[in-house]
Amino acid sequence: MALALAILIWAIVLASVVLFTGEFGWFPPQISEHGDAMDAQFNLTLIVVAIGFILAQVALGYYVWRYRDRSGARAVYTHGNAKVEVATVLITAVTFVTLAIIGQRVWIGLHLEDMPEDAVQVEVTAQQFAWNFRYPGPDGKFGKTATRLINDQLNPVGLDSRDPASEDDVVTLNRMAVPVNRDIRLTLRSKDVTHSFFVPALRFKQDTTPGLAIPGHFKALKTGEYEIACAELCGLQHYKMKGFLMVMSDQEFEAWLKERAEF
Amino acid sequence: MSDSAHPAIHPAPTTFIRKWVFSTDHKIIGIQYYFLALIAVFTGLALSVLMRLRLAWPTESWPWLETIFPVGFEGGVMSPEFYLAMLTMHGTIMVFFVLTTAPQGGFGNYFLPIQIGAHDMAFPVLNMLSFWVTFLSMGVMFAAFFVAGGAPISGWTAYAPLSALGEVAGPGLGSGQDLWIISIALFCIASLLGALNFITTVLNMRAKGMSLMKMPLTVWTWFTTAILALLSFPVLLAAGILLLLDRLGGTSFFIPAGLVVSDTVIESSGGSPILWQHLFWFFGHPEVYIAILPGMGVASQLLSTFARKPIFGYHAMVVAVFAIGMLGFFVWGHHMFVSGLSPFSALVFSILTLAIGVPSAIKTFNWLGTLWGGKIRFTTAMLFAIGFVSLFVSGGITGLFLGQTSVDVQLHDTYFPVAHFHMIMGVAAIFGIFGATYYWFPKMFGRMLHEGLGKLHFWLTFIGVNAIFIPMHLMGIMGQLRRYAESTEFKFMEPLQPYQEFVTIAALVTAAAQLLFLVNFCWGMFKGKKAGENPWEATTLEWITASPPPHDNFGGRELVVNHAAYEYGVPGAPRDYVMQTDPPLETTK
Repeated sequence: MALALAILIWAIVLASVVLFTGEFGWFPPQISEHGDAMDAQFNLTLIVVAIGFILAQVALGYYVWRYRDRSGARAVYTHGNAKVEVATVLITAVTFVTLAIIGQRVWIGLHLEDMPEDAVQVEVTAQQFAWNFRYPGPDGKFGKTATRLINDQLNPVGLDSRDPASEDDVVTLNRMAVPVNRDIRLTLRSKDVTHSFFVPALRFKQDTTPGLAIPGHFKALKTGEYEIACAELCGLQHYKMKGFLMVMSDQEFEAWLKERAEF
Repeated sequence: MSDSAHPAIHPAPTTFIRKWVFSTDHKIIGIQYYFLALIAVFTGLALSVLMRLRLAWPTESWPWLETIFPVGFEGGVMSPEFYLAMLTMHGTIMVFFVLTTAPQGGFGNYFLPIQIGAHDMAFPVLNMLSFWVTFLSMGVMFAAFFVAGGAPISGWTAYAPLSALGEVAGPGLGSGQDLWIISIALFCIASLLGALNFITTVLNMRAKGMSLMKMPLTVWTWFTTAILALLSFPVLLAAGILLLLDRLGGTSFFIPAGLVVSDTVIESSGGSPILWQHLFWFFGHPEVYIAILPGMGVASQLLSTFARKPIFGYHAMVVAVFAIGMLGFFVWGHHMFVSGLSPFSALVFSILTLAIGVPSAIKTFNWLGTLWGGKIRFTTAMLFAIGFVSLFVSGGITGLFLGQTSVDVQLHDTYFPVAHFHMIMGVAAIFGIFGATYYWFPKMFGRMLHEGLGKLHFWLTFIGVNAIFIPMHLMGIMGQLRRYAESTEFKFMEPLQPYQEFVTIAALVTAAAQLLFLVNFCWGMFKGKKAGENPWEATTLEWITASPPPHDNFGGRELVVNHAAYEYGVPGAPRDYVMQTDPPLETTK
């Protein structure tokens, strides 16, 4: 019994190590400027976690086998050891807090740094169950919108045509183009319930919370087409709420935008 | 301290109704809670099996399921709204009516008074009321399955405004959602009453000599859990009432102005969806500890009993339980890193969250220390306790990923957190419940469970839960999003289908293995070997009285506690265990 349990616990450890180090799948390839740092932080954490996991489980299996009931003397009579308790506290506290602090660098870069003036602006407006994207057009300014003007077919974000700034705004459905190697500044909104704008390849996820205009930014480093998924339960067709991020060269982007503006 | 300890000796009931239905005896109430949780857990399990079928084989038709659920399985395929309803109800039933109810309401009610040498809870009538309000709450929750539109689809977290807008936002968000909120509000009231009772009982009703530091760790965890419940359930109650007002009273606590749902403008002004998340998670995070702390107590009790050793670092364990409980109130924001929360507060929440790893590591270290140098007896109860430690490590340690702001961004709302919380607050807590059941069943019903069957149950379950949840972490890394009825719409989730099938098969085997438990339980109640007073040669007070204990627990005896809770293997003692009421040893140091 003891040996069987010990072997099972060790087998679980071994299976986990194989699963997380073998070719069984990993994060989707990443294409953003901040993504490498994020993945590195994950990997650093993975090492810390693996050490703790393996030590604890291997010890558990070993003790279970080693200290099985065999005839003979009584168990060791002890109530603990204050020195090892203190050592455990210190080691884990230093490790965990250091890990938390190192991880904040990426977060600070993602949220608390100013964007350059020439960043490309895109407004994301989520709704059940689609993504609307708006570009400010040549004037660089988003026009006014109004709730009462919203019409899913004709005017999905409720552009107010009386505002001259709204005239050149470009609105697209489910397809978002951005130029490669440029800073992209997002404003994330929702028309109805909470959604979450998730681009796995970008390592970018941000809830779109109705009533809020949440800022976000990224820089894509590789051209191509990437999927956008909704990550927050938003209703019946949550699992079908799909969009595409198209990362293209500057020229392609300008042409794409122009084409949409004429339409 | 213990002079006030003898109020509630009420006479034994004589009628059937007073004895078994509207009982004020904490033991009967404990058993009532336990059976309520048993019904809930098998319901919740069945719902999860249905969901697993849909996830593994999304297009497969199950005509026999259509005969059982004509609405949810039209044409034999589960509709996505039925999937979301299952998901909501699975989470809600498991979290509230199983993980909160069985360890605290069930075992806590039954054994807390006995383990401190009391005759009953401080407020027996209040105790009865707690159970019956919980019962009513579960009835209301189950009713949500049967109303027009079915059960709500907003998840167990019921994020507003999805949960606030009514049927315009989706099916099941009409009466189903109303019933859900009412049920949760009732549950909050019941838990609040229970918490008051537990705290008062621990502070006022201990037997002579039962100082706080002589209490079994189970009592410490029930006590801490009660404090968490006392402070967190009122917040959820308030949130629930506000949400109900938003739905029925025309208020806008959680509904912002200017919403357009399906091309319809919603008349509301200026509420905050984030407020719901704050209120919910201010309850929701302590709730995780409400579910798992009693399991930690049970694991400590069982490891010490069956390793025949005192618990390693008893004082550190008490401090760690309290530290986990209290820190648990300052980390709710880690559920909201991507919600639009201030990025500055996310920094603080992140560091506090990782700090909880410290007392958790202490617990693990001390459990290992308790096994070290022991003489381990491999009863079924002990197997589940060892399994608990293993699952606690596996499930807890992944919190180090999710507690970090920058790592959470990618993993948030994928299967990674699903695997993490199922491992720790789901199956680890359930292993605590199973361990407690195999350990205390003889005391509760006077008969032993079948050890062979119990061990088979352990092996299958332990292998099964690891096979389900360890691969699920990897699925989360690969990007599998949670609350998706199927993942066939997205290319990046395509490679995941074989994993979905593997997990479903593991889940089916594990679910089937639970029938062994059910058989053992029913068999044990009527046919099990008769249990003596102290079948495990344990030290705490429940083992000095008959199995099951008489109405007043100790047959009129006045107890004097002389020893700490876990005195095993004391050198010079006549036996390898010293019970708490044994006379003082002459040879002690």
